[in-house]
Amino acid sequence: MADLGAVIDNSSVIVCCGSGGVGKTTTAAVLGLEAARLGRRAVVVTIDPARRLADALGLVDGLAAEPQRIELDSRAGDAPNGELWAMMLDTAATFDGLVTRHASDPDQIERILTNPLYRNMAGAMSGTQEYMAAETLHTLHGDERFDLVIVDTPPSRNALDFLEAPGVLARFLDHRAFKLLMLPTKGGLRVLGVAAQPILKAIGRVVGSDVLADAVAFFQAFAGMESGFRDRADEVVALIRAPETSFVIVASPRHDTITEAVWFAEQLVDQQVDISAAIINRTQPAFGEGTAVDARGAAEAATGELAALWHNVADLRTLREAEHDVISPLGDAVGHDRVALLPLLDSDVHDLDGLYTIADHLFGRS
Amino acid sequence: MPPEHESPLQSLTATNVVIVAGKGGVGKTTVTAVIARAASRDGRRVLVVELDGKPTLDELLRNDVDSDSDSEVESEGESDGDGADPPGGTLEVVHISAADALDEYLRDHGFQRIAKRLNKTGVIDMVGTAAPGIDDVVVLGKIRQYEQSGDYDVIVVDGPAAGHAITFLTSATGLANAVRSGPVRTQSDGVIELLTDVERCQVVLVTLPETTPVNEVIETAFALEDDVGIQLGPIVVNAVDDGAALPDVAGQDAALRGMAGVDGDVLRAAASFRRARRAMESNEIGRLANEMPLAQLHLPARLVAGLTSADIDLMADVLAESVTASVTESEADRG
Repeated sequence: MADLGAVIDNSSVIVCCGSGGVGKTTTAAVLGLEAARLGRRAVVVTIDPARRLADALGLVDGLAAEPQRIELDSRAGDAPNGELWAMMLDTAATFDGLVTRHASDPDQIERILTNPLYRNMAGAMSGTQEYMAAETLHTLHGDERFDLVIVDTPPSRNALDFLEAPGVLARFLDHRAFKLLMLPTKGGLRVLGVAAQPILKAIGRVVGSDVLADAVAFFQAFAGMESGFRDRADEVVALIRAPETSFVIVASPRHDTITEAVWFAEQLVDQQVDISAAIINRTQPAFGEGTAVDARGAAEAATGELAALWHNVADLRTLREAEHDVISPLGDAVGHDRVALLPLLDSDVHDLDGLYTIADHLFGRS
Repeated sequence: MPPEHESPLQSLTATNVVIVAGKGGVGKTTVTAVIARAASRDGRRVLVVELDGKPTLDELLRNDVDSDSDSEVESEGESDGDGADPPGGTLEVVHISAADALDEYLRDHGFQRIAKRLNKTGVIDMVGTAAPGIDDVVVLGKIRQYEQSGDYDVIVVDGPAAGHAITFLTSATGLANAVRSGPVRTQSDGVIELLTDVERCQVVLVTLPETTPVNEVIETAFALEDDVGIQLGPIVVNAVDDGAALPDVAGQDAALRGMAGVDGDVLRAAASFRRARRAMESNEIGRLANEMPLAQLHLPARLVAGLTSADIDLMADVLAESVTASVTESEADRG
């Protein structure tokens, strides 16, 4: 079983990654709870928590963008300094903050923040969410209230999205389209007349001239900010790749999510990023020592209700054995001693009690 | 109101286009495959549309789909005995990516010469950002094109995950508000017409019988009805434990009386675990029925950690044979 206590002890940043629906947010919250028990001042950044989990973490709408301290009771241990904080990522507000920090004057801020293309990008551009999660991670890492930042990444097919996301705006501004739009003149940069460019005329005919005008204004508004964004992105990437940052892969014991987790792991390993642990949520618990075949045999030898009870054990063991076969390749990819299994519970986890129960399982107290 | 249908399979495939949507991990792709399989066995000409670039659907529908994806295979010659389709049933899988659809769209609309250059300079990325939803709209436009071709009786779309399902399905309305004229506007209008026509299109939401997935599916259902005005089909509750009946606690105690040692504890613990899971599932299914006045269809959980085409065949049989599901009936089945 993976030593997750050591992962918490040795990290100042923990990144939880994995495909959608595998319990990443819950896992991030459980790691945060345990960190508090170990005396750390931990903040958990979640992307899209299920409502009841958000409620449990005190993330009521409107308070989301600022970290909230979560009241813990005696079950969280008695470490005197341990604290748990949580916040929900606000992509658009974080992006606005970034623009405000890099802009040279209030007029530039105003022009960018009101540009429709910018608003679309801040809300919807693919990669923006990962970018802002990484940006928030960097900000919280520098915040003296916390000594551990745990971030739940957006569901993504590609583990590298998170590593590469911080460069997304710098790359966008580096676009050749940008260079087409901005041609140097003796007065500095100016926007080329739309009519002069057949390519722009074509775009205008497809998407409409209003949209094109917004795009031109967008690039114009950002003029001069490229290098600031690029430097900041470099800092964020350096933090993500630092030894004090640990990656934890989260999966469920199903063929498709394990396949994705293995693919994530291989990509990270290719990038020389070490994977500290793989946590498999919702695995079938063990009932007795025997195999499914043993239980099926006992069922067939029995009659009536006893047979039904043995068939039940056989079913549960069949599923457990199938899960173990499916999980095995992930152990091969990250190291079998780094895989931690969490049991499927007999109820859904959506509150602090549920988180305590999972923490007890994950850290061997149950 | 759309007409009432006699069987779950009929109501699931009553429209030309069926968009299957649900949060990650609930089995959206499984349900897509099951509906497609059951409909093709029922003699329908079925097209499955996949949007994520994943090969899963080709694998799950392997019996019907040629290993070279994108190619049509008539399933009449199928040799798996009782699964032989009535004449005319076909099943095809097509993968649509937004980038390809946009490229094709530009080519089809007289921008052939410029499409390549746009791609190379990354202008297509920029257009996607400038007019958000344009990529979703061209994908939906492509689906509409298949629908209009008359080559298929039913098109089953493995939709994006629930959060994105709302953006995906509202993309056309958003774009139509932003773009007042031109080919993109025409495209958006056509897509809106398809999505809001209850005879032509419906969304089938998928969930699991657990608290969080049920909460999420209810939120998604209301958002889709309010924001898109799209017709919701039956809700599919996937992976319902409909396994063998367990004795009640009294029966269990009687059966285990006199049984010494570990075995009794194992049997008792396993039975109480499964009873608790089933009770939770029943509760959630009942709550879903109370909060969402939509028909429910239940697909059985399988004792495997990864479905194969054989499981899909079996679940398609369950779907084809099931009579219109009423919640009370299914609750009575559960021990």
